[in-house]
Amino acid sequence: MMTELSYQPLQIGDRSFSSRLLLGTGKFPSGEAMRDACAASGSGLVTVALKRASLKGPDAFADILDYLESERYLILPNTAGAMDADEAVRIARLAEAAGLPKWVKLEIHPDPNYLLPDPIETLKAAEILVKEGFTVMPYINADPVLALRLQDVGCAAVMPLGSPIGSNRGLETEAQIRIIIEQARVPVVVDAGIGAPSHAAQAMELGADAVLVNTAIAIASDPSAMARAFAAAVAAGRCAYEIGLGHAENRAVATSPLTAFLDSKS
Amino acid sequence: MIQIIANGEHHSVEAETPLPTFVESVGLTLDKVVVEHNGQALTRAEAKTIQLQEGDRLEIVRIVAGG
Amino acid sequence: MFSDHFSAETLHQLNESSRKATIEQVDAVLRRQGPRSLEEFAWLLSPVATQRLEMMAQMAQRVTQRNFGKTIRLFAPLYLSNECINICKYCGFSRNNPIPRITIPVEQVVEETQKLARQGFRSLLIVAGEHPKYVSNGYVEEVIQRCLPIMPSLALELGPLETEPYKPLVRAGCESLIVYQETYHPETYKELHTAGPKKHFKWRMDTPERAYQAGFRRLGIGALFGLHDWRFEALAVAAHARHLHTHCWKAQLSISVPRMRPAAGGFQPDLKYQMSDTQLVQTIAAMRLLLPHAGVVLSTREHPSLRNNMVQLGVTHMSAGASTEPGGYSSFDESQWVQTKDSQEGEQFHIADERSPKVIADMIRSKGYEPVWKDFDQSLVTAAQGVA
Repeated sequence: MMTELSYQPLQIGDRSFSSRLLLGTGKFPSGEAMRDACAASGSGLVTVALKRASLKGPDAFADILDYLESERYLILPNTAGAMDADEAVRIARLAEAAGLPKWVKLEIHPDPNYLLPDPIETLKAAEILVKEGFTVMPYINADPVLALRLQDVGCAAVMPLGSPIGSNRGLETEAQIRIIIEQARVPVVVDAGIGAPSHAAQAMELGADAVLVNTAIAIASDPSAMARAFAAAVAAGRCAYEIGLGHAENRAVATSPLTAFLDSKS
Repeated sequence: MIQIIANGEHHSVEAETPLPTFVESVGLTLDKVVVEHNGQALTRAEAKTIQLQEGDRLEIVRIVAGG
Repeated sequence: MFSDHFSAETLHQLNESSRKATIEQVDAVLRRQGPRSLEEFAWLLSPVATQRLEMMAQMAQRVTQRNFGKTIRLFAPLYLSNECINICKYCGFSRNNPIPRITIPVEQVVEETQKLARQGFRSLLIVAGEHPKYVSNGYVEEVIQRCLPIMPSLALELGPLETEPYKPLVRAGCESLIVYQETYHPETYKELHTAGPKKHFKWRMDTPERAYQAGFRRLGIGALFGLHDWRFEALAVAAHARHLHTHCWKAQLSISVPRMRPAAGGFQPDLKYQMSDTQLVQTIAAMRLLLPHAGVVLSTREHPSLRNNMVQLGVTHMSAGASTEPGGYSSFDESQWVQTKDSQEGEQFHIADERSPKVIADMIRSKGYEPVWKDFDQSLVTAAQGVA
C-alpha cells in the first residue's frame, strides 16, 4: 500500500476539508457508481444540480440525495442551466429552500456548445448572493481581473477553468491560473477540463487550493478506481507544492560583482 | 376551475387546490422537489400552506446529479 | 483592513524562524526563484542567507529588469510645512523641538516647483507635517491644482486622513499616497509617539486602504529602520505589502526602506537596532523576490557610494537633489544645485547624498541605466476631473 501523504486541510468559508479533491456527480452510469466513487475519492465536497421536474409521471432519475450522506459531504448546489444572473439567483434560492447548505457553485453559461461562463452575469449574481448570505464559489474563465473583482464582492473561492467543461484537455489556461493563484486571497479551485490525474497534480503543484473533477471519473470504466487515482494525484501535487519544488538550476556564482562593495567598505 | 402555469405548461385545477395536492397529481411528492411560487422559493413547510390561485406560476425543481 | 490581520506575535514567530533558518532552506527558496510565503521570505532575511547574498542580488536584478527595465525613476521631495501637532521622538518636526516653524505660501510652492522642473524633475513628492490648521485640505488641494500643470506626477506624504477628505485630493489630480508606519512594533510605536493623532497605531496602518477607497492608485508604505529590530520591521512591511497587493489590486505599490538619519531633537536610536548596509541589501533583494512588481524607493538618506551600487540592485525610484526643509529650494543655486544658506534649522532630517539631480542622472547612466524623469501621465478621466 501507498504511504499516507499529509498536507494542510482546505479551508473554504467557515468549513474545513481534509481532501483537496472536489467531485461533480454528473454523468455517472448509476447512482451506486456515483456513491462508490465519491466515497473512494475521500472528498468532502460534492456538487449537485437543480433541474425542472417532469410533470408527466415519475422520471428515470433516482433521487441523488439518497446516495449522498449529508454528514459526509458538503453538498454544493450548482446553478448550471442558468442563462443569466437572475436565473442563477433563483436556482440558488431554490436550493436553499430545499434544505441544502447556503452555499452555491455559481455557474452561468449561456453558450450551449463550450459551456463557457458569462463573466458579467456571474459578477452580478455573485454580488446579490453574497449579500443574501450565501457562500459563493463562482465558476469562471481563467481571467485574473475577474477573479479579483469576484473576491472584492466577497466570494469565498474562485473556480477558474483549465479548459472547457468535459474537454479533458487539462490546464490550457495555466499561465492565467498562475496569476490568479498569485493574487488570490481566497482558495482557488481549478474546475473543468481536468481529464487525467496528471492534470490534477499539475494544478496542485502550481499552488491551486483544490481541483474539481467530474467527467474523467464519471465516464471511466471503473469510476471508483479512477477516483482513487485522482485522489492520489491531488495529494501528491499538494504535498509537492507544500514541500516546494525546485525550478531552475542553482547557478554557481564565482565572483560578487553586485555585492563586492559591501566587503570593500568594512 | 382555474388556470395555472407549472414548469411552463398550462394546467387546469380546482380553485384553491393545496399545492401538495397538485404536486402529487403530477406524479411527484413534495419531499422530493422544491417549488418556486410566483418567483418565490418555498421551503417545504411554506409549500404546505399554499393554495393555488388563478394565474399562479410554479417552477417545480428536483435535485439531480451535476458537476 | 490590514490592522484586523496584523499580529505582532506572528511577526515575532517569523523573526524566530528567520534567525534559525538553515542554508538548505535558503537554497530551496532560491531554487524556486523566490519566496512564496512570509516564512520563506523570513528565511531570506536569515543570518545564513548572507552566504547567498550575491545570488539573491543577481536574482533581484534580473527580476527588477524584467519588470521595470534598466531604469531608475527620479523624484524630488517638496516640503510644504514643518508645523506639526505630533510628538515623535525621532523626528525633526516633532512639536516640542525648538525649530523655526514655517508653512510656505502657495506662490512659493509654485516657484519651487518650477525651479525643480528646470532641473528636469517631472515627479514630485509633496511632504508636510501634520497640522489641520496650517496644512489644511484646502491648502493641499490648491497646491495640487497649481503644481499639476508643471509636474505631471504628484505624490502626497501628509498626516493620515479619513476616506472622505482624501477624495477632493484625488479629484484635484493626485493619484499617489505615501504613508510610513515608522515602526510596526506596537510597544516601540507607543513609546516613540507620545502625543498627537499619530499615536493611533492601527489607524495609521489602515491609511493606505482608506486612500485606496478614496481613489488613490499608487500607494507607498515603509518603516523607518533603526527604531526596532530590522527583521521584525522588514517582515511587517512585507506582510503589509502582500495584504495591499491582494486587497488594493488596482493600485501600484511601492516600498521604502529608509534608515534613521540624524535630526533635530538629537534622538539616539538604540544601536542594536541599527541596520547595516549588508542587511539593507539583503532586505531589498528579498523584498524584490517576494514582490516582483512593487516599486522600491531609495532616498537621499543614503550615502552616495551605497546609492551608486543600489542602482543595479532592485531599486526602482530614487530622490535626488533633495531639501527636507520647507522653502529649502528657494535658496538653492540653480547652476550647481547647492544650498546657498548656511544653516537648515527647519529640516526634517539631514540628507547624506547632496549631489545635484544632473550628477545623479549621470551616475545612473554610467551604470547602464536610464534615468526616467516622467513615466506617468494622468489618466484621461482623472485629468478631465482635474480641470473641471
